[in-house]
Amino acid sequence: MAKMTMVQALNLALRQEMTRDDGVVVLGEDVGVDGGVFRVTDGLIEHFGEERVLDTPLGESGIAGMAIGMALYGLRPVCEMQFAGFSYQAFHQMENHAARLRWRSQGRLSVPMVLRAPYGGGVRALEHHSESRETYFAHTPGLKMVLPSGPRNARALLVSAIRDPDPVVFFEPKAVYRAYREEVPEEEETLPIGQPVIAREGRDLTIVTYGAMVRPVLAAAEELQAKDGVAAEVIDLLTIAPLDDALFAASARKTGHVMVVHEAPRSFGPGAEIVSRLVEKAFYFLEVPIARVTGYDVVMPLFSREQHYLPHPGRVAAAARRLLEEG
Amino acid sequence: MPRKTLPIEEKLESLAILDAKGNVDKALEPSMPKELLLKLYRYMVLGRCFDERLLALQRQGRIGTFPPISGQEAAHLGAVAALREDDWMVPAFRETAAEIWRGRSLESVILGNNGFNEAASIDPPGPTLPVSVPVGSQMLHAVGLGWAARYRKTDQVALTFFGDGATSEGDFHEAMNLAGVFQAPVIFVCQNNHWAISIPRSRQTRSATIAQKALAYGMPGVQVDGNDVLAVYSAVSEAVARARAGRGPTLVECVTYRMLMHTTADDPRRYRSDDELESWKAKDPIARFEVYLKHKKLLTRKKIEALNQEVLAQIQTAVEQAENQMKTLGNPLDMFAHAYAQMPPHLRVQREELAAEIGRAAKEDGDG
Repeated sequence: MAKMTMVQALNLALRQEMTRDDGVVVLGEDVGVDGGVFRVTDGLIEHFGEERVLDTPLGESGIAGMAIGMALYGLRPVCEMQFAGFSYQAFHQMENHAARLRWRSQGRLSVPMVLRAPYGGGVRALEHHSESRETYFAHTPGLKMVLPSGPRNARALLVSAIRDPDPVVFFEPKAVYRAYREEVPEEEETLPIGQPVIAREGRDLTIVTYGAMVRPVLAAAEELQAKDGVAAEVIDLLTIAPLDDALFAASARKTGHVMVVHEAPRSFGPGAEIVSRLVEKAFYFLEVPIARVTGYDVVMPLFSREQHYLPHPGRVAAAARRLLEEG
Repeated sequence: MPRKTLPIEEKLESLAILDAKGNVDKALEPSMPKELLLKLYRYMVLGRCFDERLLALQRQGRIGTFPPISGQEAAHLGAVAALREDDWMVPAFRETAAEIWRGRSLESVILGNNGFNEAASIDPPGPTLPVSVPVGSQMLHAVGLGWAARYRKTDQVALTFFGDGATSEGDFHEAMNLAGVFQAPVIFVCQNNHWAISIPRSRQTRSATIAQKALAYGMPGVQVDGNDVLAVYSAVSEAVARARAGRGPTLVECVTYRMLMHTTADDPRRYRSDDELESWKAKDPIARFEVYLKHKKLLTRKKIEALNQEVLAQIQTAVEQAENQMKTLGNPLDMFAHAYAQMPPHLRVQREELAAEIGRAAKEDGDG
């Protein structure tokens, strides 16, 4: 097994899927000659040709809408939004058509496309380059919303997303892109979409999170273990729509203490749905109110302040201590 | 560094073959088999009569709101008649006669206008998309379909419809631009019917024609008399041939008129004059085609009468069948179907919730 960054792991997924299935095509801004601004599509155009790796004109609605047409034809387009902050211009195509064509046609048509986008803060970027608005897509019936947290699961989930018969929005935590390397097997590996995993086992506290927040949450869990002797269980959702609540509800029943961590704004964020599910499924097991550690309900600040906006290990650990002190 | 005129070659044609009185320009008259001419006439009459019947059904409360097509029969039937069966058609929502031409049943139209999703499943399968309501948004799908057809090394083309209002949307620009850049085999057919609900064509763009917008995207544009089925057929046939031969997209602007309301929820008297309407009635696409076919000895008064009777009977049968079907359709639980290829757990839970609620209501009804 080779040690890879998330960027390399995603590139491996694309390369192998394009080799396996000539229906897989890649399109987006700067994805060809430039290999993508984060180099996720690096080398694909040399290997597969411009016939399958399309450097498109600027225009996110156009990229998504054209991908819908390709998918309706039977291809498996993987389109890249250069930053999730520009995906709102594609949102209309995703909401009005990608998400609905199977339903609208009563199953005659399907849109097996992937909309990839780097999301989240922590890379000292310009306005519109750091936000985390997965709720918009997760709230849309007919879409799947996947957010990997590390190189290995990113690769496996992207393969699954490409093979999925329905449209998948795939948000890549750009803060993790090159943050660390992980063993990624060369041979094929997939992960089921819609299935969370336990990233760390524990009996005292459940922390539900996903995407870029998994790392700081795991760091907080280590700190809690080392300094407080608290064993936190960390659930990595990996997919937030459809949201599978079985794993985190079971964990909540076990620990009685739950926190939700995401960098998206708090109100109506994914945490709101997670907490509602816990109220429905684990209410009588909860010993204290559920805590939310999230981005604030403001425009993502420019990078001089983003460290105060993004949940970090210290903030997560402090919130955990407050929660545990309550009972 | 002088100031000079840039050498931009601009060529824009307009095309009219059959005038409002039914006189044909012999030099431009397309060579069309008589079966095709008669089929076009039949579908134009069917489209008009079906519109009238749907309007009556709507006024009687037997169907919901729908967008009538009257006046635009030539502009969309002439276009689809130029396609092969395996070509893609990507409609907006005011091309009902073209959908029927492509195989959609009248029952499906009636059920669709009566709020039944099942309308889509009684469409025959084939390369025709369902109607698309968000204005202009479907144009991009045609670009993707056309591109994919070429990628798969077929000579299929994709034809998409949209109105004059759609040309103000961003997706119009993105679709035209992408098709131009990738030389996708797409035919953009604008139904310039002069009105986007209450907004006149002059408020959509200062551009003298819609056809000329093609030039900026590096594709040919042509403006045709959209009430002249021969001109629409000819222009679209040329565009289809060009696309099939790998020479890229074309914009065809069909100048036509929406004779009725935007939808049955609209009252056009609020924004346009009777005089304007009357002037367009004099340019009716069916009347002039009828004169032409009579001159060609393909139609007689008797044949027309017989055809009208057939069409009315066909519509009557469809209405009866659709109304019968409605009695068995509409299971509320089907709203959960076809959301995803496989129903995810949370939808199974919500479906059961609704089933239980329906069960309780039925029990209460039974008890009461």
